Amino acid sequence: MTMIFGVPAAVFLGQLLLGLINGAFYALLSLGLAVIFGLLKIVNFAHGAMYMLGAFATLLGMRYLGINYWAALLLAPLVVGLFGMLLERFMLRRIAHLDHLYGLLLTFGLALIFEGSLVNFFGVSGARYPTPELLQGGFQLGFMFLPKYRAFVLAAAIVVCVFTWFMIERTRLGAYLRAGTENPALMQAFGVNVPLLITLTYGFGVALAAFAGVLAAPLYPVSPNMGSNLLIVVFAVVVIGGMGSILGAVITGLAMGLIEGLTKVYYPEAANTVIFLVMILVLLLRPAGLFGKEA
Amino acid sequence: MNQAAESLMEYQDRDGAEMLRVSDLHAFYGESHILHGVDFNVKRGELVTLLGRNGAGRSTTLKAIMNMVGRRTGSIMINGNETLDMKPHRIPRLGIGYCPEERGIFASLDVEENLLLPPTVRSGGMSIDEIYEMFPNLYERRRSPGTRLSGGEQQMLAMARILRTGARLLLLDEITEGLAPVIVQALGQVLVKLKERGMTIVLVEQNFRFAAPLADRHFVMDHGLIVEEISAAELPSKREHLHTLLGV
Repeated sequence: MTMIFGVPAAVFLGQLLLGLINGAFYALLSLGLAVIFGLLKIVNFAHGAMYMLGAFATLLGMRYLGINYWAALLLAPLVVGLFGMLLERFMLRRIAHLDHLYGLLLTFGLALIFEGSLVNFFGVSGARYPTPELLQGGFQLGFMFLPKYRAFVLAAAIVVCVFTWFMIERTRLGAYLRAGTENPALMQAFGVNVPLLITLTYGFGVALAAFAGVLAAPLYPVSPNMGSNLLIVVFAVVVIGGMGSILGAVITGLAMGLIEGLTKVYYPEAANTVIFLVMILVLLLRPAGLFGKEA
Repeated sequence: MNQAAESLMEYQDRDGAEMLRVSDLHAFYGESHILHGVDFNVKRGELVTLLGRNGAGRSTTLKAIMNMVGRRTGSIMINGNETLDMKPHRIPRLGIGYCPEERGIFASLDVEENLLLPPTVRSGGMSIDEIYEMFPNLYERRRSPGTRLSGGEQQMLAMARILRTGARLLLLDEITEGLAPVIVQALGQVLVKLKERGMTIVLVEQNFRFAAPLADRHFVMDHGLIVEEISAAELPSKREHLHTLLGV
């Protein structure tokens, strides 16, 4: 059997792939956080809850409305995104003029309310969502078995990340967003409806989280706490990448997933802590993050 | 827009019609009362200056017109529309271009993106080719990040980007500040060209020697009020008086 650094190739590559899949979720979630932070300057603590709501919308949509996975992939982000826009319009906007810490606290409170309410109805054990038929089974690559669904998740996450990057860096709407991040007052003086831009941006960031939630539904148990568990790691990823950098969020997300996967191969005891170790190193050596601009 | 309103707009667009009328304008930043009843008007095609010492309220007057300060009272009529209760993003759509004192070039956008950023507010703006013809430096540097430009080039960019939008009334805040004499001269030529194109311009200026030959009328501000209006014709006889007012 082929060995890679003293580990069977199948184990090595298997963990690498698992890491990459986790990294795809980190990337999608930290991307949404970065987009929101850029324009609203708030750390969206409700982001994990929005991811969870995306997964729940998928689960309940199938259970009660017969909405299949493919439709949910489109509808869940839309519905949760609209919900996010309402939150921004009627809550976050009211406190936008205050210190951004208040926005953080408000979103944290909202996250706890959403999770708590769902725990009340569904408990914490979590429900299973079936893998869509089209994506059942997998490919035998010779050195390892690649489940179709995991390959799909990876591809979908990368497509959405690239799409988001393109929208923000290469389109006119993206230019509004970048400029609005720098100087919202001047953008208004040019005739851009900045409050609307902010609402749409928040909605988009939240929709990204919900999209990740849909992708997660067939992989992980759908439970009210699924978001808060993940969010802690995602915040560490965001700190490592640097707040507000789009490309940084994506690259760091994937890289941290890989590092976590590799740690599982060589020193499993540290797998749950390695990202936080990296975070502390980055904070000490480069506080603005790997891709962040020094203030 | 219905036809009656449209023809009204055209009527008001003609030379000599009033483009801007500010009456009894008060403005506040939080608790501090900055403008104390500013009154002035600008006719279409005119270039007027707001002169005065630092802190006289000139920049605040421009910001108040754009609804960028805190509370405002009084009246600001633009092309016959009362704008005091308008949302900030609606005001530029009446055909106004604003160039802030700090220039406001976006660091995350390159020169051309900066140039293309402000949305079109009316038809008849300059094309990007015309703009590059007027500011050849910007063409050479169109792929550089906006803030990598020299001070003079940044000022050109800040001016150029509001010419694309079709704005007919330009509010320009201290455009010559800190720039080399050659560049100040070039900006003067740009203003002459814009006037020839029929633009209405309100110029907040510290450099009186720059503004004097360009302007039709000068408004002198002090302590948040217009204290004197001097037409171009009166300027030679009032020069001494003006120097006393400005403390130069």
